[in-house]
Amino acid sequence: MFRRLSRWAAALPLALVLAGAAGCGSSDPAASAGASAGGTTTVTVFAAASLTGTFTELGKAFETANPGTTVRFNFGSSATLAQQITQGAPADVFAAASPATMKTVTDASLAAAPTTFVRNKLVIAVPTDNPAKVDELKDLTDPKVKVALCAEQVPCGAAAVKALDAAGLTVKPVTLEQDVKATLTKVELGEVDAALVYKTDVIASGGKVQGITFPEADKAINDYPIATLAKAPAGDLAKRFVDLVLSQQGKDVLTKAGFEAP
Amino acid sequence: MTTTTSTAPARRRDRDPGQGAVTGRLPWVLLVPALLGLGFLVLPLAGLLVRAPWSTLGTRLAEPQVLEALRLSLVTATLATAVCLLLGVPLAWLLARVTFPGRRLVRALVTVPLVLPPVVGGVALLLVFGRRGLAGQWLEAAFGITLPFTTVGVVVAEAFVAMPFLVISVEGALRAADQRFEEAAATLGASRLVIFRRVTLPLVAPGIVAGAVLCWARALGEFGATITFAGNFPGRTQTMPLAVYLALETEPEAAIVLSLVLLAVSVIILAGLRDRWVTAP
Repeated sequence: MFRRLSRWAAALPLALVLAGAAGCGSSDPAASAGASAGGTTTVTVFAAASLTGTFTELGKAFETANPGTTVRFNFGSSATLAQQITQGAPADVFAAASPATMKTVTDASLAAAPTTFVRNKLVIAVPTDNPAKVDELKDLTDPKVKVALCAEQVPCGAAAVKALDAAGLTVKPVTLEQDVKATLTKVELGEVDAALVYKTDVIASGGKVQGITFPEADKAINDYPIATLAKAPAGDLAKRFVDLVLSQQGKDVLTKAGFEAP
Repeated sequence: MTTTTSTAPARRRDRDPGQGAVTGRLPWVLLVPALLGLGFLVLPLAGLLVRAPWSTLGTRLAEPQVLEALRLSLVTATLATAVCLLLGVPLAWLLARVTFPGRRLVRALVTVPLVLPPVVGGVALLLVFGRRGLAGQWLEAAFGITLPFTTVGVVVAEAFVAMPFLVISVEGALRAADQRFEEAAATLGASRLVIFRRVTLPLVAPGIVAGAVLCWARALGEFGATITFAGNFPGRTQTMPLAVYLALETEPEAAIVLSLVLLAVSVIILAGLRDRWVTAP
């Protein structure tokens, strides 16, 4: 009896997985069908991971200002999001962390005329006790200082290379992380002595790391473009969300988080 | 226990796969889901093959960092498997042959890395073996050893994630093995260590090989724990899965090529091993 029970118990996770997969499969078509039927009440926004805090706040403001609407977010690496959009993901708005990733989408004629809405600057992030006594960019070239950078394939890595080139410095990092949050985590845990991340990430970490500004960062400013997508299921509502981001209210939320006006 | 009655036919099945005495019409109830299952597993592979940029395949493969990542993957997965064998086989023996309080709990704990999202595993490893980790602090102070961002760190991350596969299959083999041989050896005066070495190990060798193959395959594909614990640096800690992930950010075609290389190498090695070892008597 017990053996039979345990056999069923073993099958349970599989059943749950299948049920979960079936649930995922059915929810998306239903959502897009609702939108195309005229009841355009949901705006789906694909946004760079670094916008998580600010856009969530703006999404709530949008829902309050437009009763009955819902804003759904898909936050992630801009490059991944761009690929999801070109592969046909049902999105209304795309906010990218770099012009290059936005270009993937505009090149596929899936969006037109993106607007730069904010800019983000790199800073040196160090653990709160700053064990390697880093206070300028040149200190990162010291072989005793363990440095983490973003991989060159992601926007923060490209910006880091640009800033170091502008300063004429060569840094030997111990790791090239897959995104800016992973880079920041290495600093938070004290595994590295310094990293180049965005100013907004340091502010969002809430004091777990210390940010040091450096003049060469001005040479590697990252522009964030936003655009409504050509096939936006939400139509006009998508444009209204972009308008909110570009409005004074949007600017206030974004600058408070450390972004700079374009 | 049930060993005397149930193991004999089970072992015979292992020896002659697909040549059972039962013949007759194949039941649809089993055949249809079996084929669906096969399709489900193989179709994504076909997708990779269809979308592969065959015309530029040669030039992409010749890039030095591809070979570097492949070499690093093969070396670290093999080392991780060796570590797992060294620690995992005795652990499986302990779980299968020694009665001690809390054995059930220990068995459940062994499977934790299976359930844990690998990224969480990587963070957990950092908290223990990192520079400020419980053991890592001591390692650095006493021996000047730091594991994160080193090739050894990759091996540690892979072994952590892959070991349960080995332990579970070896423990299963030990439980299915006929214990009468061990009992006979004991009555003839052999010590537990001699029994383990001369009787138990040869008896469960196919199970160990099967477990090692699973473990190696899991280590080869390891991504989350590796990138979190060991970071990503070409030639030092950038294994194939990490290279695939980063290539996907900018060049999906390059990612497909890298995935195909990893798949081809692992399929060749696993298929070769299966015929020679796993299904052998």
